[in-house]
Amino acid sequence: MTGRVLLGAALLVLLAFLARPGSFAPLFDPFTCNNAAAIYTQTPLWSLTLSHLALVGIAVLASTVVALVLAVLVTRPSGREFLPLARTITSVGQTFPPVAVLALAVPIMGFGAGPTLVALFLYGLLPVFENTLAGLTGQPRNVAEAARGMGLTPRQRLWQVDLPLALPVILGGMRLTAVISLGTATIGSTVAARTLGEVIIAGLLSANTAFVLQGGMVVGIIAVLIHAGFQGLERRAAARIGLAR
Amino acid sequence: MSLRLDRPGLLFAAVGLAGLALPLVQFKANRIVPGEGLSLPAALPMGLLMLLGLGAVLLAGCLRWSSALRLAAAAAGLAAVLLALGGAATSLTPPDDTLARVAPATGFWLLLLAFALMLTDALTRLRPALWLRVVLLVVAVTALAALLGSGLLDGVSVMREYAARQDMFLREAQAHLVLAFGSLGLALLVGLPLGVALYQARALRGPVLSVLNILQTIPSLALFGVMIPIFGWIAANVPGAAQAGVAGIGLFPALVALFLYSLLPVVSNTLTGLAGVNPATREAAIGLGLTRVQLLGWVLVPLALPVLLAAVRIVLVQNIGLAVIAGLIGGGGFGTFVFQGLNQTAMDLVLLGALPTIALALVAGIALDLAAEAANRRAPARQGA
Amino acid sequence: MIEIRALTKIYDGTPAVEDVTLTVEPGQIAALVGTSGSGKTTLLRMINRLVEPTSGQVLIDGRDTREGPAHLLRRRIGYAIQGHGLFPHRTVAQNIGTVPRLLGWPAEKIRDRVDELLTLFQMEPDAFRDRMPFDLSGGQQQRVGVARALAAKPDLLLMDEPFGALDPVIRAKAQADLRDIQRRLGTTLILVTHDMEEAVTLGDRIAVMDKGRLVQYAPPSEILTAPATPFVRDLIGLDQRPFHLLSLTPAFALAAEGHAAGPVLPRDASLRDALAECLWSGRDALPVEGGGVITLAALRAQAAPAARAAE
Ligand SMILES: Nc1ncnc2c1ncn2[C@@H]1O[C@H](COP(=O)(O)OP(=O)(O)OP(=O)(O)O)[C@@H](O)[C@H]1O
Ligand SMILES: [Mg+2]
Repeated sequence: MTGRVLLGAALLVLLAFLARPGSFAPLFDPFTCNNAAAIYTQTPLWSLTLSHLALVGIAVLASTVVALVLAVLVTRPSGREFLPLARTITSVGQTFPPVAVLALAVPIMGFGAGPTLVALFLYGLLPVFENTLAGLTGQPRNVAEAARGMGLTPRQRLWQVDLPLALPVILGGMRLTAVISLGTATIGSTVAARTLGEVIIAGLLSANTAFVLQGGMVVGIIAVLIHAGFQGLERRAAARIGLAR
Repeated sequence: MSLRLDRPGLLFAAVGLAGLALPLVQFKANRIVPGEGLSLPAALPMGLLMLLGLGAVLLAGCLRWSSALRLAAAAAGLAAVLLALGGAATSLTPPDDTLARVAPATGFWLLLLAFALMLTDALTRLRPALWLRVVLLVVAVTALAALLGSGLLDGVSVMREYAARQDMFLREAQAHLVLAFGSLGLALLVGLPLGVALYQARALRGPVLSVLNILQTIPSLALFGVMIPIFGWIAANVPGAAQAGVAGIGLFPALVALFLYSLLPVVSNTLTGLAGVNPATREAAIGLGLTRVQLLGWVLVPLALPVLLAAVRIVLVQNIGLAVIAGLIGGGGFGTFVFQGLNQTAMDLVLLGALPTIALALVAGIALDLAAEAANRRAPARQGA
Repeated sequence: MIEIRALTKIYDGTPAVEDVTLTVEPGQIAALVGTSGSGKTTLLRMINRLVEPTSGQVLIDGRDTREGPAHLLRRRIGYAIQGHGLFPHRTVAQNIGTVPRLLGWPAEKIRDRVDELLTLFQMEPDAFRDRMPFDLSGGQQQRVGVARALAAKPDLLLMDEPFGALDPVIRAKAQADLRDIQRRLGTTLILVTHDMEEAVTLGDRIAVMDKGRLVQYAPPSEILTAPATPFVRDLIGLDQRPFHLLSLTPAFALAAEGHAAGPVLPRDASLRDALAECLWSGRDALPVEGGGVITLAALRAQAAPAARAAE
């Protein structure tokens, strides 16, 4: 309960700050020196936030769709051959540093939102894929047996049994992906993507801590909200399949 | 022997053949002129022969062979692709020309990917014993080091950037290692006792974990940024701090930021590991008269070891990656090259920073996976209920 | 001798164990029975101070257990629980040698003791010493658990449903072995069990617990023939009473003069075994090893409450 109140308060503060950043200036004043501006005004914060969210949203959606399809494919009888390989690739792939992936995408994509999107997409594939795989293969043997015994076709089993049962775990993967992407997207500003990282980098370049703080704060609050939102969804999905958590 | 199609092999062949069709290298007479893509036959005197050879290996991979044979073929393919790159660079660069650049292009990366996939696939199917995998890792790392040291790749753009900044590279490499391993060490030093304390003091778990969780949501860029003024202030205002090495610039803020990021995995895995020990085992241990410290040292920590090693893996791999960001705030490390390269649109420089980072993370990840497996074998915590 | 005096444990205002007083003589077996949640485990764990009592005291050979640190007390008391709690990362020998090692025995003495115990529990030392717990069968794991509890030659052994996870056949064997070893070593044993049969066959005395209170503490025959409360009677199970009674007495005790045909009943078989044999082979009388016969009529008389009360 207190958790919900805190989250609600955080959301309100965030919205208020994005709507009228100027009125928060006194809060950030102590972190500036030499009369530098307390609030970043180069680009409106709300527009940076929106493009940041759009970038992350598109990347997460794309990686979810692709990862889901791939995970379903490698768990079908016809795709089983790829399963061990897929597992190895996901575990190895997750060791690739996101920043390095971002940097390596630049020569191919050029500067701008492109490389960020690609890096976020590639990096986001792995948690969703891994979790979907775990969800699809980790269910109790007797459930699969029962489904087969009742005469469900493989396709019906996938849609009516396997995927609903795996949903909480899949959502967990999406949560990981979304939270990692939110943070990584800030680094996208170094390759000229329009994200909240712009504010932080402006702060770093002009030694203005106020900018660093407000950029970090906005991303942090959004991350906490998204994290909580997904957890809520996961709980609901788990409750629906009778796994009260 | 019946020849049957191998579907993963088909995938690798598709990727690899695309790589053969696309330019292997990009040749630039100097940094300013636009580059020209050259495919394998155009880039190398014996290129056509090589192309045919690689193509044959890829096509042969579409059929079912023994996995050991595939492993050997994939390793040979990888070596051939790397040597082709080196050879192309040497033969394309006019002697004594310091301006011309030969950089790996899409074709090279796709070929590399195809053979790496083939190698991974063969290894996954062979499922070698643990010790053999350790040997293979050591062999792979040694072979790569030997190849880099041999001078065969010296003509490639990245290696030329390296040659131009050898001293600096070594310095930044050292800084990167200090950042990644130092922050891990600090996190273990603080996180393990903290995890044990939280295990005993249930009431504190929620609050402490929430704080660590929130720390984790602060974007790395911002956390690094905030450390600068904090430690600048401390260095200026706390007597003795500056002498003790605390400073608002350089390595220190980056190290602390990485340390803070590492706390959550260490603490939460310590908790998970300890809590995962079978209650009957705990109960019996106390009932037999083990003291608290003995319980921890004899029973709980050995049984939690696999989970603790998992935390070390998470933290080390994560920090090797995040340490790149230190380059943005003057904290050193391979990130220095990455961001310098991005600023100057010098992709060779970006590669000089990114490739060692990836290699380091990869090796660390695989090595710790092997260690965790070894520990798991000795202490099957969830077995024998 | 174990003296428990007015022992009470209160959890959040509700008593789990309330004002329990009982004494266990040296070398005897006390079986604690009662429904789930009646406080058996809590009572047992207060003896080795895994649970600190709210009030009351426990004396072992006249000394209050609260003197000195708890872990030193526990090293003198054997403790075996359901699910055995073996250390999964240690070999069988290391598991058994835990307490001797804690007590600082020399390595050689520990090794000898481990081998002695393995032999005692009919596990070939050379074959089992270096095995890991997870490649033992359930019955073997349980035996190693008890061997570990006995390693430092404790005078007192506490067991909480030690046979709970075993199948009936292995269970009967484990009970017989335990009884045997306990008699041989002279260990005092307090045993928690769910199983009335087990309590009757093993216990010199049975303590019946109900909602944290001790409602009766008496030898098995008395519990069976004169249950103190309706609760005790229900716990025994009315329909099972005659069989429990019969399993208390060895066959030779009821042997009378006479002759009977057919296979001979072993001397240490219980009356219950005798009854089973009569019914199964359709005989009215059985010869008993060492002379004499048991008749169906005598068995019927023994099992009837009226006949016992008249004794
Ligand atoms: N640590 C504890 N905190 C709170 N209540 C407890 C605790 N341990 C036991 N209890 C309560 O004390 C009562 C007695 O528990 P105990 O475990 O002694 O029962 P038991 O007779 O051993 O039951 P069972 O046969 O199921 O093992 C129960 O109601 C239990 O819920
Ligand atoms: Mg109990």
